[in-house]
Amino acid sequence: MSEVGEVSHARDHILTRLRAAVAQVGESAPEAGALPPLDFDRAERVARLKRLMEAMHAEIVVTDSTGWVAALKNVLRQRTLNGLLYAPETPLGATLAAAWEDDLPPLVGYTQEVEQCKEQLFAIDAGITSTKGGIAEVGALILWPDAHEPRLMSLAPAVHIAVLDADRIHNSLAEAMAQERWAEGMPTNALLISGPSKTADIELVLTFGVHGPKELIVLILDDQPAPSAPS
Amino acid sequence: MASTTVVDFPSNFIKALGNPQLRRNLRAAMDTLGLRRRTLFADPAFFAQLRARGDAIRQRSLRKLPQLLEQLERKCTENGIQVHWAETTTEASQICLDLIQRHNATRVIKGKSMVSEEMHLNHVLEEHGIEALETDLGEYIIQLDHETPSHIIVPAIHKNRDQIAHLFHEKIPDTPYTEVVEELNAIARKVLREKFFAGEVGVSGANFAVAETGTLCLVENEGNGRMCTTAPPVHIVVMGLEKVVERLEDVPPLLRLLTGSATGQLITTYFNMITSPRKPGEKDGPREVHLVLLDNGRSKILADPQLRETLKCIRCGACLNHCPVYTRLGGHAYGYVYPGPIGSILTPQIEGLDHAGAMASASSLCGACEEVCPVKIPITHILRRLRNESYNKVDSPNAVKGHGYKSNLAESLTWKGWAMSNAAPWANALNAKMLAMLGSQLTKLTKVELVKNWSQGRTLPRFAPKSLHVLAKEKGIPHE
Ligand code: SF4
Repeated sequence: MSEVGEVSHARDHILTRLRAAVAQVGESAPEAGALPPLDFDRAERVARLKRLMEAMHAEIVVTDSTGWVAALKNVLRQRTLNGLLYAPETPLGATLAAAWEDDLPPLVGYTQEVEQCKEQLFAIDAGITSTKGGIAEVGALILWPDAHEPRLMSLAPAVHIAVLDADRIHNSLAEAMAQERWAEGMPTNALLISGPSKTADIELVLTFGVHGPKELIVLILDDQPAPSAPS
Repeated sequence: MASTTVVDFPSNFIKALGNPQLRRNLRAAMDTLGLRRRTLFADPAFFAQLRARGDAIRQRSLRKLPQLLEQLERKCTENGIQVHWAETTTEASQICLDLIQRHNATRVIKGKSMVSEEMHLNHVLEEHGIEALETDLGEYIIQLDHETPSHIIVPAIHKNRDQIAHLFHEKIPDTPYTEVVEELNAIARKVLREKFFAGEVGVSGANFAVAETGTLCLVENEGNGRMCTTAPPVHIVVMGLEKVVERLEDVPPLLRLLTGSATGQLITTYFNMITSPRKPGEKDGPREVHLVLLDNGRSKILADPQLRETLKCIRCGACLNHCPVYTRLGGHAYGYVYPGPIGSILTPQIEGLDHAGAMASASSLCGACEEVCPVKIPITHILRRLRNESYNKVDSPNAVKGHGYKSNLAESLTWKGWAMSNAAPWANALNAKMLAMLGSQLTKLTKVELVKNWSQGRTLPRFAPKSLHVLAKEKGIPHE
């Protein structure tokens, strides 16, 4: 099995068998239809995402587009953190840099390739990222890390802070995929995140903070907070 | 398991049944998982709809399997993921080994993957001086103890916290003894974080692969899967070739079914979708991503309209959690990588009935597995088929490997006798009368070896004085 070219033989053999196999069985019954789409109103989407993610031990802070930096500072001042990993080249990063104060954990930019800064990435206590959106049905954030906001930002530090625009909370994953036409171009890595990392591998006892972040803090920017009674 | 091994089921079973600790650990865990699943799918109408959708998606994927795999290969290649095909587990392991050696890597970090267990990849790598470290907490625990997973979702569920406490204390240097789950968790976190940092190649499985976009999807809670697929410079995905789905929109219903059926979760902590290696300008992620597609008998299974249903499986483990046999024996007694109902239908087809056919008998055909299976696999029908083919040589290219291995004279005589007794009322009546006469005498039979063994853990049955045939006739039911 060590001959050169063996691998491509495997491909041909497998595909030949598979083609013969599907030819034997042929086409079958028509398909069950798609599930009816979910339709929560805006306030319900925010409330549902908050409730479900809190149940998964995420900390949710509902704020707005003018108050979020203050809310973030408040969150940071309640903790002892050696630094906050951020993406200097994003609008979010620029806002943070402009508003930073000396008593806060220092901002550390993720500006080099991982090979040059792996030690710092694994040593820093917290990281802050934007999000692409959220999913109300299951309570999760959507992240599409990119060149400016790399993948390890939401993974290596023990505390992950995520900023979510309430307008971008979708009813469901299916809806997000369809409306934003994901199928036309998926990023290197797309993620759904529903809480801090967890495990139940020992006697099914749920414990948080195994390999990924121990804490997930979500700042929801909601400029149209729900009136107390539905209108 | 090499195909030359024949597992000694009776002694495995007796051993497992004689371990009350194992049974307690398992029972509690399986009941909890079952309850969580029921709570999540509390609305039967919604569940029925979702399940019909999942079933249809998996059926369509299998109907189009060769073209979808080609499309997946094309898309992955366009995106920069290198695709490899393996007919056997040996070939698949060899591909991984070559890739790892090409990078002179000796430290491999692994996310949980049942296909890598099927390949016995760790063993192959270790033979070549490569450390293959399991990083899922459950997998890490059993690897420390040189064990294999006993469950496809919660691999260390047969162990309780004091067993794990002892294990950590003995095997991890400078580790104090603790039975506090959070502390055990923290110990593992510390050890493994260093490993994530130093890992040279990451190996993982995949739950789905999307042909339309060339996307590989991983479902997990711990973050170790993300670590293995993000931190090292090279990532190898090993996947059974049946895992492909046609479109991205096929993913949400399957994801919902998978997490709900497995652990009663609406969604896991992470759903990780990987479509390419690191692109120019990006600062992290592996520079190379490889996808190894494993056949290992799956293409043969696909040819048979009934057996192919086996390949719809999304490995949620619900059939294990609800199986009265699994919940009493645990996974190790089955002797093969995939235990429980799914293992009992899949393994004999891959390994051959002559090696693993006995697995098909590890079922009472109660149908609990079928009731919960999120993609409606007719597990009991397939079990019966495997049992039949164990006894009968079948003249068909789709016959299960090793068919007819039980067709010796004594067995076939018994079966003929049984068939006759059911076909001929007089023979049945005779049997029934004999049984009724025996009934009162049965306790004496416990001296007979076979009955003695059987009755050790059971109460002997009392046969009814009148058979069902007789009762039915008396009630005036003409044909039962
Ligand atoms: S056979 Fe069905 S229930 Fe069992 S693991 Fe597969 S999908 Fe889940």
